Amino acid sequence: MKDRIKLTDMSRQDRKPLTHLENEDLMPLPYPLDSPEKDHAWAILSEKVTGSVECGLDDTCAINIPQPKTKEEEDELVRKFLAGLDKLFTRENNWTFLQPLVLSMEHCAKCQTCSQACHIFEASGNDELYRPTFRSELVRRLYFKSVKHGGALSAWQHGDIEINWPLVARLAELAYRCNLCRRCAQTCPIGADNGLVAHELRKLFSQELGINAKECHDNGSVLQLKVGSSTGMSSLVVKDNIEFIDEDMMERTGIKVETPWDVEGADVLLIHNAGEILAWPENPGAFALILSAAGIKWTLSSELAGYDSINYGLWYDDAQFARVAIKHAQAAKKLGVKKIVLGECGHAHKALSVIADRILTGDLNIPRESSMTLLRDIVMNGRLTLDPSRNAFPVTLHDPCNLVRLMGVVEPQREIVRKICPEFREMEPHGVDNYCCGGGSGFAIMSGNNFQDWRFHVSGRKKMEQVLNAFADCMDPSINKYICAPCSNCKGQFRDMLAYYDLWNKNRILYGGLVELIVNCMVDAKPGFIDWEWH
Amino acid sequence: MSVLVYLALGAGTAVFAVATAARAWMYARAPIHLRWELYPVPHEDPEKVKHGGSYFEDKDWWTRTRHYNLAGELRVMVPEMLFLKALREFNRKLWYRSFPFHFGLYILAGTCGLVFVAAVAGLAAPALMAGPLGTILQWVYTVSGVAGMALAMVGAVGLLHRRLTDADLKTYTTAGDVFNLLFFLVAFGVLTAGILLKSPGDPSVVALVQGLLTFDRTLQVPGLLAAGIVLCALLAAYIPLTHMSHFVGKYFTYHDVRWNDQVNLRGSAIEAKLTEYLTYRPNWSAAHVGADGKRTWADIATTNPWEGAKK
Repeated sequence: MKDRIKLTDMSRQDRKPLTHLENEDLMPLPYPLDSPEKDHAWAILSEKVTGSVECGLDDTCAINIPQPKTKEEEDELVRKFLAGLDKLFTRENNWTFLQPLVLSMEHCAKCQTCSQACHIFEASGNDELYRPTFRSELVRRLYFKSVKHGGALSAWQHGDIEINWPLVARLAELAYRCNLCRRCAQTCPIGADNGLVAHELRKLFSQELGINAKECHDNGSVLQLKVGSSTGMSSLVVKDNIEFIDEDMMERTGIKVETPWDVEGADVLLIHNAGEILAWPENPGAFALILSAAGIKWTLSSELAGYDSINYGLWYDDAQFARVAIKHAQAAKKLGVKKIVLGECGHAHKALSVIADRILTGDLNIPRESSMTLLRDIVMNGRLTLDPSRNAFPVTLHDPCNLVRLMGVVEPQREIVRKICPEFREMEPHGVDNYCCGGGSGFAIMSGNNFQDWRFHVSGRKKMEQVLNAFADCMDPSINKYICAPCSNCKGQFRDMLAYYDLWNKNRILYGGLVELIVNCMVDAKPGFIDWEWH
Repeated sequence: MSVLVYLALGAGTAVFAVATAARAWMYARAPIHLRWELYPVPHEDPEKVKHGGSYFEDKDWWTRTRHYNLAGELRVMVPEMLFLKALREFNRKLWYRSFPFHFGLYILAGTCGLVFVAAVAGLAAPALMAGPLGTILQWVYTVSGVAGMALAMVGAVGLLHRRLTDADLKTYTTAGDVFNLLFFLVAFGVLTAGILLKSPGDPSVVALVQGLLTFDRTLQVPGLLAAGIVLCALLAAYIPLTHMSHFVGKYFTYHDVRWNDQVNLRGSAIEAKLTEYLTYRPNWSAAHVGADGKRTWADIATTNPWEGAKK
């Protein structure tokens, strides 16, 4: 049995990882992934990586902090960290989350009720490092010691922690071992929120030290603000791609589709996660077909960021978050649309509908709506002629955390799936009690070093268990199965997970969005829209 | 001795009240934060609460009148406050210890209230309290006091045992956590012993409260009972200074965070507050933020440092 990691281990001076997971340590999976010895071996971090960046936490490294070269450099980084910690607890710097953060700092009863709700902790075989309170307790001790200037009495009451560079470097990595799904917070009897603590820790590192995940910042929000989309597509490129998608839709369905751009006064400004346009073009294509067929007066915007609903700042940086949210609202304002409708992207839903609700003021406060409700209205009111028998294959529905637990959009997508998928089955648990896909909070786009191994083996493990259980009665490869995931990031995680475990080739488990299922059963469209090929 | 007891009771109660109010005030005056709710939100439409849904499930939700479902909120709040429903649901082993502890405290708080009522009534209408009503009241607060004390102490022992023996809890248990539970046990134990062991001629608990109200310095309070009262007064003063004041924090974590789905409408009070916050001047140091202590949040959020830059 492994030694249990202690909080004080985080301050250990050496750069040796605090924990190491073997496949045998992990939560067992059902058939056909029920034998740990046949599971993939984890890639080992190269000596180049371990010799140049901070990876003293566990088997992986998410954010590549360069190792300081001198003690003075280390001390300077620690000083900056503590300055940032102070700022997290001031109105001027952090009015955005001050109250919930202070409440979570001051009222955790350390009862560990949250631990069993955490899919990462469970999947890791209950490794102490991944317990949701492990990270929070460290931040809490730092709060009382450094922010509240607690002395010996405070240390006696709240616990002590040695503040040094190894602790700070490990905390930065540990902030990226949480999906921010907040399932733990849902079970907390007090209402303390470990997900929020991880979120605020990420903010501290980004906003004070400029330390963040490259995929979220440089290749994410910065690129989006620079060229218009984190995919790197400019407005010219995206228009080209959409034109191609329209043509492809015509070929596949026999229905002419022409995506409208920059229509002033449209009822709906649809904003996709632009990743869909490149990775799953059938999704924006299906949206275009459905909205046009239903007679909706809609448009896309070619404004900077107006064609990409991604807002990665949600996961790590308030300034980046606000900038992108304002760009989205400005695009809608410029066109004078009646409302913004968010495509199939969970974090974009929460970012613009919920979180940005208290950033957008005056004429930027334009109504925002989920595509789930618009689609429900179209499908359930008979605005399309549908033949559910075309969807006669097992379908399960994944609940994106941002859309469901964190926004309360639970039923619209279910009503649709129940109506058009005769072999629909729920995962257990589902709805607001769902488990994260494992790609939440940026993990689905993070693949540096061997991070993917961690995300497949640990953060995505619980969801994989749910999927396999949902299809337990039909694992035979002669039966095509469909995971409906109305979220780009979740789809990215499913794509990678299913490929990693070869579950398409061996068991014919495919994934896709909701609109694809709708078009697949549209009577006016040629049959066979869903392409039962791996992509 | 009686003066010491009165001072302790008065000071303990005052510190408890002031510290609790100060903590509540500190949380209440915090800025309105960005929305961070968790579903289900029980004051939603009852049909939606069943599956955890929100008004976002409605097409054109901003055109519909929203109804605040207080009954739905009470249906969650009352069992949570009285019976620690969430703990029962998600951590049954701990609930077996925590529930008697907390419920015992509630009963003891109620008992204190009854004793106070009996004391005041005894001073205002001695004849009434000498009759059947007084007897009934005495019977009720005696039973509730015994039950509350027994439940709280059994719960405290259970919690202490679990904190010291369960590996999952031990890692996170500080000396202060152990002290807190021991403090409850010692204070309640000494008070119970003081009540049980006092002589028939010694003043009753009600007489003590009456003594406090009339500042009767002639009252002879037995040493053990006095020690119990002083310890309990110290405990009352200590609680709101620690995380055990979660009875305050919990109100805010639920109402201001988990269940706060209040929409920011144009021209609303929320929007006025947000407009004020956007004039705050942060001083985050990372270059990309562009905060120098002079620029406001509004300046920062509406500036795109990369606009026009080449990829």
